Amino acid sequence: MKARIKFRKYGSLRFIGHLDVMRYFQKVMRRSEIPIAFTGGYSPHMIMSFAQPLGVGVTSDGEYLDIQLTAPVASERAVAKMNAVMAEGIEVLSFVQIPEEKKYSGMTITAAADYRVTLLESARSAEQTRRIPGILKAQAEHFLGQEEIKVWKATKRSEMEVDIKPMIYDMQVGDADIRLFLAAGSEHNLKPDLVMEAFLDFCGEEKGAYPLHFHRIDVYAKNPDAWADEKAAHVRGAGLVTLESLGKKIGE
Amino acid sequence: MRKLALNDEILLKIEKPARYIGGEVNSVMKDPEKVDIRFAMCFPDVYEIGMSHLGIQILYDMFNQWEDVWCERVYSPWIDLDKIMRKEKIPLFALESQDPVKEFDFLGITLQYEMCYTNVLQVLDLAGIPLEAKGRSGEDPLVIGGGPCAYNPEPLAEFFDLFYIGDGETVYRQLLDLYKENKSNSGTRQDYLRKASEIEGIYVPSLYDVTYNADGTLASFSPSVPHVPKTVKKQMVLSLTDTYYPKRPVVPFIKVTQDRVVLEIQRGCIRGCRFCQAGMLYRPTRERDVEKLKEYASQMLKNTGHEEISLSSLSSSDYSRLKELVDFLIEEFKGKGINISLPSLRIDAFSLDVMEHVQDVRKSSLTFAPEAGSQRMRNVINKGLTEEEILTGAGQAFEGGWNKVKLYFMLGLPTETQEDMRAIPELADKIARRYYEIPKEERSGKCQITTSTSFFIPKPFTPFQWARMYSNEEYIARAAIVKHAFNDQLNRKSLKYNWHDAEITVLEGVFARGDRRCSKVLLEAYRLGCIYDAWTKVFDYGKWLKAFENTGTSMAFYNERERKIDELLPWDFIDIGVTKEFLVREWERAMKGEVTKNCREQCSGCGAARFGGGVCNESKN
Ligand code: SF4
Repeated sequence: MKARIKFRKYGSLRFIGHLDVMRYFQKVMRRSEIPIAFTGGYSPHMIMSFAQPLGVGVTSDGEYLDIQLTAPVASERAVAKMNAVMAEGIEVLSFVQIPEEKKYSGMTITAAADYRVTLLESARSAEQTRRIPGILKAQAEHFLGQEEIKVWKATKRSEMEVDIKPMIYDMQVGDADIRLFLAAGSEHNLKPDLVMEAFLDFCGEEKGAYPLHFHRIDVYAKNPDAWADEKAAHVRGAGLVTLESLGKKIGE
Repeated sequence: MRKLALNDEILLKIEKPARYIGGEVNSVMKDPEKVDIRFAMCFPDVYEIGMSHLGIQILYDMFNQWEDVWCERVYSPWIDLDKIMRKEKIPLFALESQDPVKEFDFLGITLQYEMCYTNVLQVLDLAGIPLEAKGRSGEDPLVIGGGPCAYNPEPLAEFFDLFYIGDGETVYRQLLDLYKENKSNSGTRQDYLRKASEIEGIYVPSLYDVTYNADGTLASFSPSVPHVPKTVKKQMVLSLTDTYYPKRPVVPFIKVTQDRVVLEIQRGCIRGCRFCQAGMLYRPTRERDVEKLKEYASQMLKNTGHEEISLSSLSSSDYSRLKELVDFLIEEFKGKGINISLPSLRIDAFSLDVMEHVQDVRKSSLTFAPEAGSQRMRNVINKGLTEEEILTGAGQAFEGGWNKVKLYFMLGLPTETQEDMRAIPELADKIARRYYEIPKEERSGKCQITTSTSFFIPKPFTPFQWARMYSNEEYIARAAIVKHAFNDQLNRKSLKYNWHDAEITVLEGVFARGDRRCSKVLLEAYRLGCIYDAWTKVFDYGKWLKAFENTGTSMAFYNERERKIDELLPWDFIDIGVTKEFLVREWERAMKGEVTKNCREQCSGCGAARFGGGVCNESKN
């Protein structure tokens, strides 16, 4: 049986990088005695995969990992067991069953993610935010109205110029924050800092003029099929649903 | 939510911010208002090293079981953060509360190796505590040192208020109760130190006077105040089974050196190798009950979620219930994807069988530590490992599919000749020959014999404490002899040779057997910018040489003379149980190449029997 775990990452654990979060969850599995499956061979590994890595410094309310179980565990019990052995800064939000096929795995299915970006009084603290200046609000429409939005993106070997406009599904500049809805996953992936850099540059702001904090709200998948509980799905944009809604609760 | 001492901007700029945020699983939070004593426990090296140390985990657990104490952890900030803290005047903080160390009642620093001494100064400095004890006031924490290097505390004497000599599980309660009592009586720091010096095992350096002879050697060492004991007696836990053990060790977020559950199966060693300080300091050998260990293993794996468990001891093969314990671990945990690692095992049929069960033979290598190449030299150091044993063990392993061997030796041992040096590559070659005796079809490719040599450093409380060391250049010359001899070997293509740095060796030598005057050198080296000297990429020998020069200190005085048996040594005031007569006897036997039996074969009356426990009380046949 396959299960999907949704968790949030907050507070001081935003300074823990992706690889360490993976190691952290391996230990959580053992501490909470979740019946996770292992690969075979001389040094067996837990069957576990994360949907979308999260950068250091970023907080999130919607992180996902999929695991393979050797026996079913009720959703509520699994959540309680895991949260009983957590460090402050990571909290499991849900535990649901997902289809067995590989094409439904979080890693494969992820298509988008949305973010809340806040402007900070100073880079010293993500807590003290400031209002979004009127100039930025006024420019948002023009920014998105461009034919294309070219930015330099670092690839494995070099840097290349790409048009990120098709990967920005939505952008709302409010009074308190900026919401970004961006392509994510293995096919197209756009990081929110890249968008903000391009946007602030477009607004004629100097680099680093606004210290920012990024918060991921959730991660989404395309093409919901019969498995998805339509009512629970938080449908956004082009038929995107949260990864969580693609699973179903496991009863006692 | 916990507040952090470092702001986001700094945390996002430095390497591995997780070193400084605390909050790990099983770390202990308490309300500072509800405790009487705040104890900062420091390992003066980077987090990943410090977190791997079992001793601190034991004491952390012990202190925090006491309701009136909150013990927190402190490590050396890495160089990137060190610079920022100095520039922005951020005081050193403890991980749990993130409060400045300066506000604590005690700062305990564990001293595991000499090359961390400048980091001790770094920790004091960043904490805003005066480096020298005499400059401290009632506002400052009491700085207490412990660990193996505390057995010659003299080079650090100026920087510590107290030293704790012995197993940490014994007199800390007394020391803390005295602290509370002194506080409620409005006693001063001095009052406390005086009274603390009367607790067995506690050494208060400021209460002793030292004088020197014209030739620089010690003339006298004695208490300057009445009631202060002349000798400080090592404290020791007789029954390891009934003492503290951390069933819920702290689990780091980042990968640390020892990222696993560690089971200390015994303390001490029965063997009596003459170069080995731990083998003398922790006499007599004491075992932990096997049933207790099984219980701990299960609890600790459950409480940490670690995927590996390792046994810890100086010589695991000598643990009397090893087979039972290992069988239990394999049976209980192997199927659950838990790795079992068994360091310090003697290579024989039993250990090979075990290793086949717990690791991938093709990937792992066999480790032998003959320490010396020739049998003559091994007799001198009392290392009871014969060439035949090595070749038999290696042979069995090769037949079982292994093809990698690691060998460890020391150069510069007392009485060493060129012949002894050349015996090192010769032994490595014999092992390779043994491998190629196996028919080609049955062996797995070439074998790989990797030999490493370090330079011998005489340590206090060993039979070699009187021995001389050599200069940096002489060490390099010895390594070169070995290197050349490797080129002459038949199987040289299968042999690899590495040697350790000699620059670090000579410094370790000075501070291992140094006296109080060495503190000048440490201060000067620190002032010149030395920290993290145990890290070769940071270590700057040039600065050290300058520090010796600037303070008019001769390295040769400490390293390159053989001390006379009747010379007063800086650590003679400490009584570890093993007598000086025994050490002298062993030194003389070493010079004659005579081997001494181990504690289980025959007691040699080392003196440690006076503790009344451990191996000395085992019935001997
Ligand atoms: S007194 Fe004898 S048995 Fe005890 S530690 Fe010393 S040599 Fe070993």
